[in-house]
Amino acid sequence: MAHAAPSAAGFQDCRNIWVSTLEQLAESDLRIVAVVNDSIGSSKLNSFQKKFPDRIINVGIAEQVLVGVGAGLANGGRIPFVSAASCFLTGRALEQVKADIAYAGFNVKLVGQSSGIAYGELGATHHSIEDFAWLRPLTNLTVIVPADAWETAEAVKWAAGHDGPVYLRLSRMPVPDLIIPNRQFRPGHAETVRQGDDLTIIACGTTVHLAAAAADALAADGIAARVLNFSTINPLDETALHEAAATGAIVTVEEASIRGGLGGAVAEFTAAHKPVPVERVGFPGFLPTGSVEWLFREYGLTPEGIEAAARRALARKA
Amino acid sequence: MLTNDKLPLIRDKALWMRRTAFTMVHRAQLGHPGGDFSAMDILATLYFGVLNYDPKRPDWADRDRFVMSKGHATGALYSALCAAGYFPEDWLPTYMQPKSLLNGHPNRNYLPGIETNTGPLGHGFPVATGIAIAGQITGAPYRTYVLTGDGEQQEGSNWEAAMVCGHRKLANLTLIIDRNRLQQGAGTEETSGLDPLDDKYRAFGFEVHEVNGHDHAALLATLSAPPGDKPRCVIANTTKGKGVSFMENVASWHHGVPNDAQFEQAMKELV
Ligand SMILES: Cc1ncc(C[n+]2csc(CCOP(=O)(O)OP(=O)(O)O)c2C)c(N)n1
Ligand SMILES: [Mg+2]
Repeated sequence: MAHAAPSAAGFQDCRNIWVSTLEQLAESDLRIVAVVNDSIGSSKLNSFQKKFPDRIINVGIAEQVLVGVGAGLANGGRIPFVSAASCFLTGRALEQVKADIAYAGFNVKLVGQSSGIAYGELGATHHSIEDFAWLRPLTNLTVIVPADAWETAEAVKWAAGHDGPVYLRLSRMPVPDLIIPNRQFRPGHAETVRQGDDLTIIACGTTVHLAAAAADALAADGIAARVLNFSTINPLDETALHEAAATGAIVTVEEASIRGGLGGAVAEFTAAHKPVPVERVGFPGFLPTGSVEWLFREYGLTPEGIEAAARRALARKA
Repeated sequence: MLTNDKLPLIRDKALWMRRTAFTMVHRAQLGHPGGDFSAMDILATLYFGVLNYDPKRPDWADRDRFVMSKGHATGALYSALCAAGYFPEDWLPTYMQPKSLLNGHPNRNYLPGIETNTGPLGHGFPVATGIAIAGQITGAPYRTYVLTGDGEQQEGSNWEAAMVCGHRKLANLTLIIDRNRLQQGAGTEETSGLDPLDDKYRAFGFEVHEVNGHDHAALLATLSAPPGDKPRCVIANTTKGKGVSFMENVASWHHGVPNDAQFEQAMKELV
Protein backbone atom coordinates (compact mmCIF):
# COMPACT_ATOMS: atom_id res chain seq x y z
CA MET A 1 0.00 0.00 0.00
CA ALA A 2 2.33 2.71 -1.19
CA HIS A 3 0.66 6.06 -0.84
CA ALA A 4 1.70 9.42 -2.06
CA ALA A 5 1.71 11.69 0.96
CA PRO A 6 2.26 15.41 0.99
CA SER A 7 5.86 16.10 1.81
CA ALA A 8 7.89 19.24 2.06
CA ALA A 9 11.06 20.38 3.76
CA GLY A 10 10.68 20.10 7.53
CA PHE A 11 7.80 17.65 7.30
CA GLN A 12 8.28 14.37 9.14
CA ASP A 13 6.67 10.95 9.05
CA CYS A 14 5.93 10.52 12.77
CA ARG A 15 6.08 6.73 12.48
CA ASN A 16 9.87 7.00 12.53
CA ILE A 17 9.84 8.79 15.85
CA TRP A 18 7.20 6.41 17.27
CA VAL A 19 9.43 3.43 16.65
CA SER A 20 12.75 5.02 17.69
CA THR A 21 11.13 6.17 20.94
CA LEU A 22 9.67 2.73 21.57
CA GLU A 23 13.05 1.09 20.95
CA GLN A 24 14.74 3.44 23.43
CA LEU A 25 12.13 2.71 26.06
CA ALA A 26 12.35 -1.03 25.42
CA GLU A 27 16.13 -1.00 25.97
CA SER A 28 15.66 0.03 29.59
CA ASP A 29 12.22 -1.39 30.38
CA LEU A 30 12.23 -5.11 29.71
CA ARG A 31 8.47 -5.31 30.25
CA ILE A 32 7.74 -3.54 26.99
CA VAL A 33 6.56 -5.77 24.16
CA ALA A 34 5.04 -5.06 20.74
CA VAL A 35 1.96 -6.94 19.53
CA VAL A 36 1.07 -6.92 15.83
CA ASN A 37 -1.32 -8.42 13.28
CA ASP A 38 0.92 -9.03 10.23
CA SER A 39 1.57 -5.30 10.59
CA ILE A 40 5.31 -5.20 11.28
CA GLY A 41 6.13 -3.29 8.10
CA SER A 42 3.18 -0.92 8.23
CA SER A 43 3.99 -0.18 11.90
CA LYS A 44 7.66 0.37 10.96
CA LEU A 45 8.62 -2.25 13.54
CA ASN A 46 11.19 -4.12 11.42
CA SER A 47 14.15 -2.81 13.43
CA PHE A 48 12.33 -3.43 16.73
CA GLN A 49 11.88 -7.02 15.56
CA LYS A 50 15.61 -7.32 14.83
CA LYS A 51 16.61 -5.86 18.20
CA PHE A 52 14.01 -7.64 20.31
CA PRO A 53 12.95 -10.77 18.43
CA ASP A 54 11.43 -12.31 21.55
CA ARG A 55 9.49 -9.20 22.40
CA ILE A 56 7.36 -8.89 19.30
CA ILE A 57 4.27 -11.05 19.16
CA ASN A 58 2.72 -11.41 15.71
CA VAL A 59 -0.69 -13.03 16.07
CA GLY A 60 -1.34 -13.00 12.32
CA ILE A 61 -4.35 -11.38 10.70
CA ALA A 62 -6.59 -11.59 13.74
CA GLU A 63 -7.42 -8.26 15.38
CA GLN A 64 -9.80 -9.54 18.03
CA VAL A 65 -7.13 -11.93 19.23
CA LEU A 66 -4.57 -9.13 18.90
CA VAL A 67 -6.33 -6.95 21.44
CA GLY A 68 -7.27 -9.85 23.71
CA VAL A 69 -3.67 -11.03 23.73
CA GLY A 70 -2.66 -7.48 24.65
CA ALA A 71 -4.90 -7.64 27.72
CA GLY A 72 -3.47 -11.02 28.65
CA LEU A 73 0.10 -9.81 28.31
CA ALA A 74 -0.72 -6.93 30.66
CA ASN A 75 -2.17 -9.43 33.12
CA GLY A 76 1.14 -11.27 32.84
CA GLY A 77 3.07 -8.16 33.84
CA ARG A 78 4.16 -6.99 30.38
CA ILE A 79 3.57 -3.49 28.95
CA PRO A 80 2.14 -4.24 25.52
CA PHE A 81 2.13 -1.73 22.68
CA VAL A 82 -0.53 -3.20 20.38
CA SER A 83 0.11 -1.74 16.95
CA ALA A 84 -2.17 -2.14 13.93
CA ALA A 85 -3.83 -0.10 11.21
CA SER A 86 -6.25 2.01 13.23
CA CYS A 87 -9.26 1.08 11.07
CA PHE A 88 -8.95 -2.59 12.07
CA LEU A 89 -7.61 -2.04 15.57
CA THR A 90 -10.58 0.09 16.56
CA GLY A 91 -13.28 -1.21 14.24
CA ARG A 92 -12.73 -4.94 14.11
CA ALA A 93 -11.72 -5.25 17.74
CA LEU A 94 -14.02 -2.62 19.19
CA GLU A 95 -15.63 -4.91 21.74
CA GLN A 96 -12.24 -6.21 22.83
CA VAL A 97 -11.09 -2.61 23.26
CA LYS A 98 -14.17 -1.84 25.30
CA ALA A 99 -14.42 -4.94 27.45
CA ASP A 100 -10.87 -6.33 27.64
CA ILE A 101 -8.93 -3.06 27.74
CA ALA A 102 -11.05 -0.12 28.95
CA TYR A 103 -13.59 -1.89 31.17
CA ALA A 104 -11.13 -4.43 32.54
CA GLY A 105 -8.66 -1.57 32.92
CA PHE A 106 -5.56 -3.34 31.62
CA ASN A 107 -2.33 -1.45 31.16
CA VAL A 108 -2.32 -1.74 27.37
CA LYS A 109 -1.18 0.85 24.84
CA LEU A 110 -3.21 0.64 21.64
CA VAL A 111 -1.35 2.25 18.76
CA GLY A 112 -3.50 3.05 15.74
CA GLN A 113 -1.33 3.38 12.65
CA SER A 114 -2.19 5.14 9.38
CA SER A 115 -5.24 6.67 10.97
CA GLY A 116 -7.68 9.07 9.36
CA ILE A 117 -7.60 8.84 5.59
CA ALA A 118 -3.96 7.86 5.17
CA TYR A 119 -5.15 4.94 3.02
CA GLY A 120 -7.14 7.35 0.84
CA GLU A 121 -7.38 5.32 -2.37
CA LEU A 122 -8.17 2.08 -0.57
CA GLY A 123 -11.58 3.42 0.32
CA ALA A 124 -13.91 3.70 3.28
CA THR A 125 -13.12 0.27 4.77
CA HIS A 126 -9.55 1.41 5.26
CA HIS A 127 -10.28 4.97 6.36
CA SER A 128 -10.23 5.31 10.11
CA ILE A 129 -12.44 8.32 10.65
CA GLU A 130 -14.92 6.81 13.09
CA ASP A 131 -12.38 5.88 15.76
CA PHE A 132 -12.83 9.03 17.87
CA ALA A 133 -16.56 8.48 18.05
CA TRP A 134 -16.11 4.81 18.94
CA LEU A 135 -13.44 5.27 21.59
CA ARG A 136 -14.19 8.66 23.13
CA PRO A 137 -17.04 7.35 25.35
CA LEU A 138 -14.94 4.52 26.79
CA THR A 139 -14.30 5.25 30.44
CA ASN A 140 -10.63 4.85 31.49
CA LEU A 141 -9.24 4.98 27.96
CA THR A 142 -6.97 7.98 27.39
CA VAL A 143 -7.14 8.96 23.71
CA ILE A 144 -4.17 10.95 22.40
CA VAL A 145 -3.63 12.30 18.89
CA PRO A 146 -0.12 13.73 18.52
CA ALA A 147 0.19 16.69 16.18
CA ASP A 148 3.86 16.39 15.26
CA ALA A 149 7.04 14.41 15.79
CA TRP A 150 7.90 16.00 19.15
CA GLU A 151 4.45 15.28 20.53
CA THR A 152 4.54 11.73 19.15
CA ALA A 153 7.74 11.01 21.08
CA GLU A 154 6.37 12.61 24.25
CA ALA A 155 3.10 10.71 23.98
CA VAL A 156 4.84 7.35 23.52
CA LYS A 157 7.06 8.03 26.57
CA TRP A 158 4.12 9.17 28.64
CA ALA A 159 2.03 6.15 27.63
CA ALA A 160 4.81 3.75 28.62
CA GLY A 161 5.00 5.27 32.09
CA HIS A 162 1.27 5.72 32.63
CA ASP A 163 -0.46 2.85 34.41
CA GLY A 164 -3.66 2.46 32.40
CA PRO A 165 -5.14 1.97 28.95
CA VAL A 166 -4.18 4.44 26.22
CA TYR A 167 -5.07 4.81 22.54
CA LEU A 168 -2.40 6.64 20.54
CA ARG A 169 -3.70 7.69 17.17
CA LEU A 170 -0.74 8.00 14.83
CA SER A 171 -0.54 9.10 11.24
CA ARG A 172 1.64 8.25 8.28
CA MET A 173 1.21 11.70 6.80
CA PRO A 174 4.24 13.92 7.16
CA VAL A 175 3.60 17.00 9.32
CA PRO A 176 5.81 19.97 10.24
CA ASP A 177 6.96 20.61 13.80
CA LEU A 178 4.79 23.11 15.60
CA ILE A 179 6.86 26.05 16.81
CA ILE A 180 5.81 26.63 20.41
CA PRO A 181 8.27 28.00 23.00
CA ASN A 182 8.86 26.04 26.23
CA ARG A 183 6.67 23.16 25.21
CA GLN A 184 5.59 20.68 27.80
CA PHE A 185 3.56 17.55 27.11
CA ARG A 186 0.56 17.58 29.41
CA PRO A 187 -2.00 14.90 28.58
CA GLY A 188 -5.52 16.11 29.20
CA HIS A 189 -4.52 19.71 28.52
CA ALA A 190 -5.00 21.62 25.29
CA GLU A 191 -1.95 23.46 24.02
CA THR A 192 -2.22 27.03 22.74
CA VAL A 193 -0.69 27.31 19.28
CA ARG A 194 -1.95 30.83 18.47
CA GLN A 195 -3.34 33.44 20.87
CA GLY A 196 -6.60 35.22 20.06
CA ASP A 197 -9.99 36.16 21.44
CA ASP A 198 -12.22 36.61 18.38
CA LEU A 199 -12.88 32.90 18.03
CA THR A 200 -11.22 29.57 18.82
CA ILE A 201 -10.08 26.95 16.34
CA ILE A 202 -9.80 23.59 18.06
CA ALA A 203 -7.75 21.12 16.03
CA CYS A 204 -5.92 17.86 16.56
CA GLY A 205 -3.37 15.64 14.87
CA THR A 206 -2.45 16.32 11.25
CA THR A 207 -4.75 19.35 11.06
CA VAL A 208 -3.17 21.55 13.75
CA HIS A 209 -0.61 23.10 11.41
CA LEU A 210 -3.38 23.76 8.88
CA ALA A 211 -5.41 25.53 11.58
CA ALA A 212 -2.37 27.64 12.50
CA ALA A 213 -1.99 28.67 8.86
CA ALA A 214 -5.68 29.59 8.74
CA ALA A 215 -5.25 31.72 11.88
CA ASP A 216 -2.29 33.48 10.29
CA ALA A 217 -4.40 34.32 7.23
CA LEU A 218 -7.21 35.60 9.46
CA ALA A 219 -4.70 37.70 11.43
CA ALA A 220 -3.73 39.49 8.23
CA ASP A 221 -7.38 40.52 8.07
CA GLY A 222 -7.42 41.75 11.68
CA ILE A 223 -9.14 38.65 13.09
CA ALA A 224 -7.46 37.13 16.13
CA ALA A 225 -8.16 33.40 16.14
CA ARG A 226 -6.99 31.31 19.05
CA VAL A 227 -5.71 27.91 17.93
CA LEU A 228 -5.67 24.96 20.32
CA ASN A 229 -3.85 21.71 19.77
CA PHE A 230 -6.44 19.47 21.39
CA SER A 231 -4.34 16.34 21.43
CA THR A 232 -6.20 14.58 24.23
CA ILE A 233 -9.69 13.67 23.04
CA ASN A 234 -10.52 11.69 26.17
CA PRO A 235 -10.69 13.05 28.82
CA LEU A 236 -11.60 16.52 27.56
CA ASP A 237 -9.83 19.64 28.78
CA GLU A 238 -12.95 21.32 30.12
CA THR A 239 -11.14 24.47 31.25
CA ALA A 240 -9.89 25.09 27.74
CA LEU A 241 -13.38 24.46 26.38
CA HIS A 242 -14.96 26.96 28.82
CA GLU A 243 -12.39 29.53 27.69
CA ALA A 244 -12.98 28.66 24.03
CA ALA A 245 -16.73 29.12 24.45
CA ALA A 246 -16.02 32.51 26.00
CA THR A 247 -14.56 33.68 22.66
CA GLY A 248 -18.08 33.26 21.29
CA ALA A 249 -17.42 31.12 18.23
CA ILE A 250 -15.63 27.82 17.66
CA VAL A 251 -14.30 25.88 14.70
CA THR A 252 -13.27 22.26 15.15
CA VAL A 253 -10.89 20.55 12.74
CA GLU A 254 -10.06 16.85 12.62
CA GLU A 255 -8.98 14.20 10.15
CA ALA A 256 -12.05 12.26 11.20
CA SER A 257 -15.81 12.14 10.93
CA ILE A 258 -17.50 15.33 12.07
CA ARG A 259 -20.01 13.10 13.81
CA GLY A 260 -19.07 12.00 17.29
CA GLY A 261 -15.39 12.93 17.29
CA LEU A 262 -13.68 16.14 18.37
CA GLY A 263 -16.39 18.27 16.77
CA GLY A 264 -19.04 16.14 18.43
CA ALA A 265 -17.32 16.46 21.80
CA VAL A 266 -17.06 20.24 21.53
CA ALA A 267 -20.67 20.57 20.40
CA GLU A 268 -21.79 18.35 23.29
CA PHE A 269 -19.82 20.39 25.76
CA THR A 270 -20.91 23.82 24.54
CA ALA A 271 -24.57 22.76 24.25
CA ALA A 272 -24.43 21.72 27.88
CA HIS A 273 -22.46 24.67 29.25
CA LYS A 274 -22.49 27.68 26.95
CA PRO A 275 -24.12 27.38 23.53
CA VAL A 276 -22.01 29.14 20.88
CA PRO A 277 -21.79 28.56 17.14
CA VAL A 278 -19.61 25.54 16.32
CA GLU A 279 -18.48 24.90 12.75
CA ARG A 280 -17.05 21.43 12.28
CA VAL A 281 -14.41 20.75 9.64
CA GLY A 282 -13.86 17.07 8.92
CA PHE A 283 -15.49 14.32 6.92
CA PRO A 284 -19.26 13.89 6.59
CA GLY A 285 -19.38 10.09 6.24
CA PHE A 286 -18.11 7.30 3.99
CA LEU A 287 -15.71 8.85 1.51
CA PRO A 288 -14.95 8.07 -2.11
CA THR A 289 -11.59 6.76 -3.21
CA GLY A 290 -8.90 9.38 -3.74
CA SER A 291 -5.47 10.46 -2.67
CA VAL A 292 -4.87 12.02 0.72
CA GLU A 293 -4.22 15.42 -0.87
CA TRP A 294 -7.38 15.23 -2.93
CA LEU A 295 -9.55 14.21 0.03
CA PHE A 296 -8.11 16.98 2.22
CA ARG A 297 -8.83 19.55 -0.47
CA GLU A 298 -12.26 18.17 -1.40
CA TYR A 299 -13.48 18.33 2.20
CA GLY A 300 -11.92 21.65 3.14
CA LEU A 301 -9.14 20.39 5.40
CA THR A 302 -6.92 23.19 4.14
CA PRO A 303 -5.97 26.62 5.51
CA GLU A 304 -8.53 28.12 3.10
CA GLY A 305 -11.27 25.70 4.13
CA ILE A 306 -10.63 26.32 7.82
CA GLU A 307 -10.54 30.08 7.27
CA ALA A 308 -13.91 29.88 5.50
CA ALA A 309 -15.33 27.88 8.41
CA ALA A 310 -13.99 30.53 10.79
CA ARG A 311 -15.77 33.25 8.83
CA ARG A 312 -19.00 31.24 8.94
CA ALA A 313 -18.66 30.84 12.69
CA LEU A 314 -17.95 34.56 13.14
CA ALA A 315 -20.99 35.45 11.04
CA ARG A 316 -23.12 33.38 13.40
CA LYS A 317 -21.51 34.87 16.52
CA ALA A 318 -24.01 36.75 18.67
CA MET B 1 -20.31 -28.47 -24.60
CA LEU B 2 -17.68 -30.56 -22.94
CA THR B 3 -16.13 -28.62 -20.09
CA ASN B 4 -12.68 -29.00 -21.59
CA ASP B 5 -13.82 -26.99 -24.61
CA LYS B 6 -13.75 -24.00 -22.30
CA LEU B 7 -10.04 -24.27 -21.59
CA PRO B 8 -8.72 -22.14 -24.48
CA LEU B 9 -11.13 -19.34 -23.56
CA ILE B 10 -10.13 -19.51 -19.88
CA ARG B 11 -6.46 -19.40 -20.85
CA ASP B 12 -6.97 -16.36 -23.11
CA LYS B 13 -9.01 -14.52 -20.51
CA ALA B 14 -6.52 -15.24 -17.73
CA LEU B 15 -3.74 -13.75 -19.87
CA TRP B 16 -5.82 -10.68 -20.74
CA MET B 17 -6.72 -10.23 -17.07
CA ARG B 18 -3.08 -10.41 -15.94
CA ARG B 19 -2.02 -7.82 -18.52
CA THR B 20 -4.98 -5.63 -17.64
CA ALA B 21 -4.47 -5.81 -13.89
CA PHE B 22 -0.78 -5.01 -14.15
CA THR B 23 -1.54 -2.08 -16.42
CA MET B 24 -4.03 -0.74 -13.84
CA VAL B 25 -1.55 -1.13 -11.00
CA HIS B 26 1.27 0.44 -12.99
CA ARG B 27 -0.87 3.39 -13.93
CA ALA B 28 -2.25 3.95 -10.41
CA GLN B 29 1.08 3.14 -8.72
CA LEU B 30 -1.09 1.43 -6.16
CA GLY B 31 -2.57 -2.01 -5.75
CA HIS B 32 -1.86 -5.56 -4.65
CA PRO B 33 -0.41 -7.33 -7.68
CA GLY B 34 0.98 -10.36 -5.83
CA GLY B 35 -2.45 -11.44 -4.63
CA ASP B 36 -4.05 -10.42 -7.94
CA PHE B 37 -1.82 -12.81 -9.84
CA SER B 38 -2.17 -15.79 -7.50
CA ALA B 39 -5.95 -15.55 -7.83
CA MET B 40 -6.13 -14.84 -11.56
CA ASP B 41 -6.53 -18.41 -12.83
CA ILE B 42 -9.17 -19.12 -10.20
CA LEU B 43 -11.18 -16.07 -11.27
CA ALA B 44 -10.76 -16.78 -14.99
CA THR B 45 -11.96 -20.36 -14.44
CA LEU B 46 -14.95 -19.21 -12.40
CA TYR B 47 -16.09 -16.45 -14.76
CA PHE B 48 -15.41 -18.31 -18.02
CA GLY B 49 -16.08 -21.90 -17.05
CA VAL B 50 -18.14 -22.26 -13.91
CA LEU B 51 -20.44 -19.42 -12.89
CA ASN B 52 -23.92 -19.01 -14.28
CA TYR B 53 -24.50 -15.26 -14.67
CA ASP B 54 -25.74 -12.58 -17.02
CA PRO B 55 -23.87 -9.26 -16.93
CA LYS B 56 -26.96 -7.55 -18.33
CA ARG B 57 -28.96 -8.66 -15.30
CA PRO B 58 -26.60 -8.41 -12.34
CA ASP B 59 -29.48 -8.77 -9.90
CA TRP B 60 -30.96 -11.89 -11.54
CA ALA B 61 -32.16 -13.81 -8.49
CA ASP B 62 -30.85 -17.20 -9.61
CA ARG B 63 -27.36 -16.10 -10.62
CA ASP B 64 -24.47 -17.98 -9.10
CA ARG B 65 -22.77 -15.85 -6.49
CA PHE B 66 -19.06 -15.16 -6.33
CA VAL B 67 -17.80 -13.35 -3.24
CA MET B 68 -14.27 -11.95 -3.40
CA SER B 69 -13.35 -12.05 0.25
CA LYS B 70 -9.71 -11.11 -0.38
CA GLY B 71 -10.94 -7.69 -1.39
CA HIS B 72 -7.47 -6.18 -1.78
CA ALA B 73 -7.07 -8.09 -5.05
CA THR B 74 -9.20 -5.67 -7.07
CA GLY B 75 -6.77 -5.84 -9.99
CA ALA B 76 -7.96 -9.42 -10.43
CA LEU B 77 -11.61 -8.82 -9.62
CA TYR B 78 -12.09 -5.73 -11.78
CA SER B 79 -10.32 -7.23 -14.76
CA ALA B 80 -12.52 -10.34 -14.40
CA LEU B 81 -15.74 -8.32 -14.13
CA CYS B 82 -14.71 -6.21 -17.12
CA ALA B 83 -13.82 -9.30 -19.16
CA ALA B 84 -17.19 -10.79 -18.18
CA GLY B 85 -18.98 -7.74 -19.57
CA TYR B 86 -20.11 -5.99 -16.40
CA PHE B 87 -18.57 -2.63 -17.33
CA PRO B 88 -16.68 -1.11 -20.26
CA GLU B 89 -12.92 -1.27 -20.65
CA ASP B 90 -12.54 2.48 -20.64
CA TRP B 91 -13.40 2.54 -16.94
CA LEU B 92 -10.24 0.60 -16.09
CA PRO B 93 -7.79 3.55 -16.20
CA THR B 94 -9.80 5.30 -13.48
CA TYR B 95 -8.64 2.66 -10.96
CA MET B 96 -8.28 4.46 -7.59
CA GLN B 97 -8.51 7.93 -9.12
CA PRO B 98 -10.61 10.46 -7.16
CA LYS B 99 -14.27 9.36 -7.01
CA SER B 100 -13.64 6.36 -9.27
CA LEU B 101 -16.13 3.52 -9.18
CA LEU B 102 -13.05 1.31 -9.23
CA ASN B 103 -12.36 1.90 -5.54
CA GLY B 104 -9.28 0.33 -3.96
CA HIS B 105 -11.58 -2.32 -2.49
CA PRO B 106 -14.82 -3.59 -4.07
CA ASN B 107 -18.03 -1.71 -3.39
CA ARG B 108 -21.32 -3.25 -4.56
CA ASN B 109 -22.92 0.19 -4.75
CA TYR B 110 -20.35 1.28 -7.32
CA LEU B 111 -20.11 -1.62 -9.77
CA PRO B 112 -22.47 -4.35 -10.98
CA GLY B 113 -21.38 -7.91 -10.32
CA ILE B 114 -20.03 -7.27 -6.83
CA GLU B 115 -22.02 -9.23 -4.28
CA THR B 116 -20.76 -7.54 -1.12
CA ASN B 117 -18.21 -4.97 0.03
CA THR B 118 -14.92 -6.42 1.19
CA GLY B 119 -11.49 -5.14 2.16
CA PRO B 120 -11.27 -5.92 5.84
CA LEU B 121 -10.25 -9.60 5.74
CA GLY B 122 -12.54 -12.27 7.12
CA HIS B 123 -15.83 -10.75 5.97
CA GLY B 124 -16.60 -12.52 2.70
CA PHE B 125 -17.02 -16.08 3.97
CA PRO B 126 -19.67 -15.20 6.60
CA VAL B 127 -21.63 -13.19 4.00
CA ALA B 128 -21.34 -16.05 1.50
CA THR B 129 -22.63 -18.37 4.20
CA GLY B 130 -25.72 -16.18 4.52
CA ILE B 131 -26.21 -16.18 0.75
CA ALA B 132 -25.99 -19.98 0.75
CA ILE B 133 -28.44 -20.30 3.65
CA ALA B 134 -30.91 -18.12 1.71
CA GLY B 135 -30.57 -20.55 -1.20
CA GLN B 136 -30.94 -23.52 1.10
CA ILE B 137 -34.14 -22.35 2.77
CA THR B 138 -35.77 -21.14 -0.47
CA GLY B 139 -34.58 -24.02 -2.63
CA ALA B 140 -33.07 -21.54 -5.13
CA PRO B 141 -30.83 -23.25 -7.70
CA TYR B 142 -27.82 -20.96 -7.44
CA ARG B 143 -24.44 -21.90 -6.02
CA THR B 144 -22.22 -19.69 -3.90
CA TYR B 145 -18.44 -19.48 -4.30
CA VAL B 146 -16.18 -17.49 -2.01
CA LEU B 147 -12.46 -16.88 -2.37
CA THR B 148 -10.32 -16.05 0.65
CA GLY B 149 -6.60 -15.54 0.99
CA ASP B 150 -4.67 -18.00 3.10
CA GLY B 151 -3.38 -15.38 5.52
CA GLU B 152 -6.99 -14.30 5.72
CA GLN B 153 -7.80 -17.69 7.23
CA GLN B 154 -6.16 -16.45 10.44
CA GLU B 155 -9.28 -14.35 11.06
CA GLY B 156 -11.53 -16.23 13.47
CA SER B 157 -14.67 -15.18 11.60
CA ASN B 158 -13.80 -17.76 8.93
CA TRP B 159 -13.91 -20.55 11.46
CA GLU B 160 -17.17 -19.34 12.93
CA ALA B 161 -18.62 -19.38 9.40
CA ALA B 162 -17.11 -22.81 8.74
CA MET B 163 -18.90 -24.14 11.81
CA VAL B 164 -22.22 -22.82 10.53
CA CYS B 165 -21.61 -24.27 7.05
CA GLY B 166 -20.71 -27.67 8.43
CA HIS B 167 -23.61 -27.67 10.85
CA ARG B 168 -26.12 -26.77 8.14
CA LYS B 169 -24.49 -29.02 5.52
CA LEU B 170 -24.42 -26.14 3.05
CA ALA B 171 -23.61 -28.21 -0.02
CA ASN B 172 -24.42 -25.24 -2.26
CA LEU B 173 -21.35 -23.38 -0.94
CA THR B 174 -17.78 -23.70 -2.16
CA LEU B 175 -14.97 -22.05 -0.24
CA ILE B 176 -11.80 -21.54 -2.29
CA ILE B 177 -8.59 -20.73 -0.45
CA ASP B 178 -5.82 -19.04 -2.44
CA ARG B 179 -3.00 -21.00 -0.81
CA ASN B 180 0.01 -18.96 -1.91
CA ARG B 181 1.67 -19.40 1.50
CA LEU B 182 2.46 -15.68 1.80
CA GLN B 183 0.61 -12.93 3.62
CA GLN B 184 1.43 -9.22 3.86
CA GLY B 185 4.76 -9.32 5.62
CA ALA B 186 5.98 -12.92 5.57
CA GLY B 187 5.05 -16.57 5.02
CA THR B 188 1.86 -17.88 6.60
CA GLU B 189 3.64 -20.75 8.33
CA GLU B 190 6.20 -18.49 10.01
CA THR B 191 3.50 -15.97 11.04
CA SER B 192 0.68 -18.10 12.46
CA GLY B 193 0.72 -21.47 10.75
CA LEU B 194 -2.34 -22.87 9.01
CA ASP B 195 -1.26 -26.40 8.17
CA PRO B 196 -2.86 -28.90 8.05
CA LEU B 197 -5.59 -26.80 6.50
CA ASP B 198 -7.27 -29.78 4.83
CA ASP B 199 -7.70 -31.64 8.11
CA LYS B 200 -9.06 -28.52 9.77
CA TYR B 201 -11.79 -28.09 7.15
CA ARG B 202 -12.56 -31.81 7.15
CA ALA B 203 -13.04 -31.59 10.90
CA PHE B 204 -15.47 -28.71 10.36
CA GLY B 205 -17.62 -30.88 8.07
CA PHE B 206 -16.31 -29.93 4.62
CA GLU B 207 -15.51 -32.07 1.62
CA VAL B 208 -11.92 -30.98 0.93
CA HIS B 209 -10.12 -30.92 -2.42
CA GLU B 210 -6.58 -29.80 -3.08
CA VAL B 211 -5.73 -28.57 -6.57
CA ASN B 212 -3.03 -26.71 -8.44
CA GLY B 213 -4.58 -23.24 -8.47
CA HIS B 214 -3.02 -22.41 -11.83
CA ASP B 215 -4.22 -25.58 -13.60
CA HIS B 216 -7.41 -24.51 -15.36
CA ALA B 217 -8.52 -28.06 -16.12
CA ALA B 218 -8.15 -29.15 -12.50
CA LEU B 219 -9.90 -26.02 -11.22
CA LEU B 220 -12.70 -26.42 -13.74
CA ALA B 221 -13.31 -30.04 -12.81
CA THR B 222 -13.34 -29.39 -9.07
CA LEU B 223 -15.33 -26.17 -9.09
CA SER B 224 -17.98 -27.31 -11.53
CA ALA B 225 -18.49 -30.78 -10.07
CA PRO B 226 -22.08 -31.14 -8.85
CA PRO B 227 -22.59 -30.49 -5.15
CA GLY B 228 -22.27 -33.42 -2.78
CA ASP B 229 -23.90 -33.46 0.64
CA LYS B 230 -21.41 -31.21 2.43
CA PRO B 231 -19.96 -27.74 1.88
CA ARG B 232 -16.90 -27.89 -0.35
CA CYS B 233 -13.47 -26.48 0.44
CA VAL B 234 -11.00 -26.16 -2.43
CA ILE B 235 -7.45 -25.50 -1.35
CA ALA B 236 -5.92 -23.97 -4.46
CA ASN B 237 -2.13 -24.20 -4.23
CA THR B 238 -0.86 -21.08 -5.93
CA THR B 239 2.20 -18.90 -6.37
CA LYS B 240 1.90 -15.29 -5.29
CA GLY B 241 2.72 -13.09 -8.30
CA LYS B 242 2.29 -16.05 -10.69
CA GLY B 243 3.23 -15.26 -14.29
CA VAL B 244 5.79 -12.49 -13.77
CA SER B 245 9.24 -13.84 -12.96
CA PHE B 246 10.33 -11.10 -10.56
CA MET B 247 7.08 -11.12 -8.61
CA GLU B 248 6.72 -14.86 -8.08
CA ASN B 249 6.85 -15.83 -4.44
CA VAL B 250 8.32 -12.49 -3.32
CA ALA B 251 6.50 -11.16 -0.26
CA SER B 252 7.15 -7.48 -1.00
CA TRP B 253 5.04 -7.73 -4.18
CA HIS B 254 2.01 -8.04 -1.91
CA HIS B 255 1.55 -4.31 -2.42
CA GLY B 256 4.60 -3.54 -4.50
CA VAL B 257 4.08 -1.53 -7.66
CA PRO B 258 6.10 -1.71 -10.89
CA ASN B 259 8.31 1.01 -12.29
CA ASP B 260 8.31 1.50 -16.06
CA ALA B 261 11.10 -1.01 -16.72
CA GLN B 262 9.41 -3.67 -14.59
CA PHE B 263 6.14 -2.99 -16.35
CA GLU B 264 7.76 -3.46 -19.78
CA GLN B 265 9.45 -6.62 -18.59
CA ALA B 266 6.16 -8.04 -17.31
CA MET B 267 4.39 -7.26 -20.57
CA LYS B 268 7.08 -9.22 -22.42
CA GLU B 269 6.54 -12.19 -20.14
CA LEU B 270 2.75 -12.08 -20.26
CA VAL B 271 2.22 -13.45 -23.76
C1 LIG C 1 -9.05 -7.16 9.02
C2 LIG C 1 -7.84 -6.83 8.20
N1 LIG C 1 -6.62 -6.82 8.79
C3 LIG C 1 -5.54 -6.49 8.06
C4 LIG C 1 -5.65 -6.15 6.75
C5 LIG C 1 -4.42 -5.71 5.97
N2 LIG C 1 -4.07 -6.68 4.93
C6 LIG C 1 -4.48 -6.53 3.65
S1 LIG C 1 -4.04 -7.82 2.68
C7 LIG C 1 -3.22 -8.58 3.97
C8 LIG C 1 -2.53 -9.88 3.78
C9 LIG C 1 -3.47 -10.90 3.22
O1 LIG C 1 -2.81 -12.11 3.02
P1 LIG C 1 -3.56 -13.27 2.26
O2 LIG C 1 -4.91 -13.46 2.84
O3 LIG C 1 -2.68 -14.44 2.25
O4 LIG C 1 -3.79 -12.65 0.80
P2 LIG C 1 -2.97 -12.86 -0.54
O5 LIG C 1 -1.69 -13.55 -0.22
O6 LIG C 1 -3.84 -13.68 -1.41
O7 LIG C 1 -2.77 -11.47 -1.11
C10 LIG C 1 -3.32 -7.82 5.14
C11 LIG C 1 -2.74 -8.17 6.44
C12 LIG C 1 -6.94 -6.16 6.18
N3 LIG C 1 -7.17 -5.82 4.91
N4 LIG C 1 -8.02 -6.52 6.93
MG1 LIG D 1 -1.64 -15.42 0.82
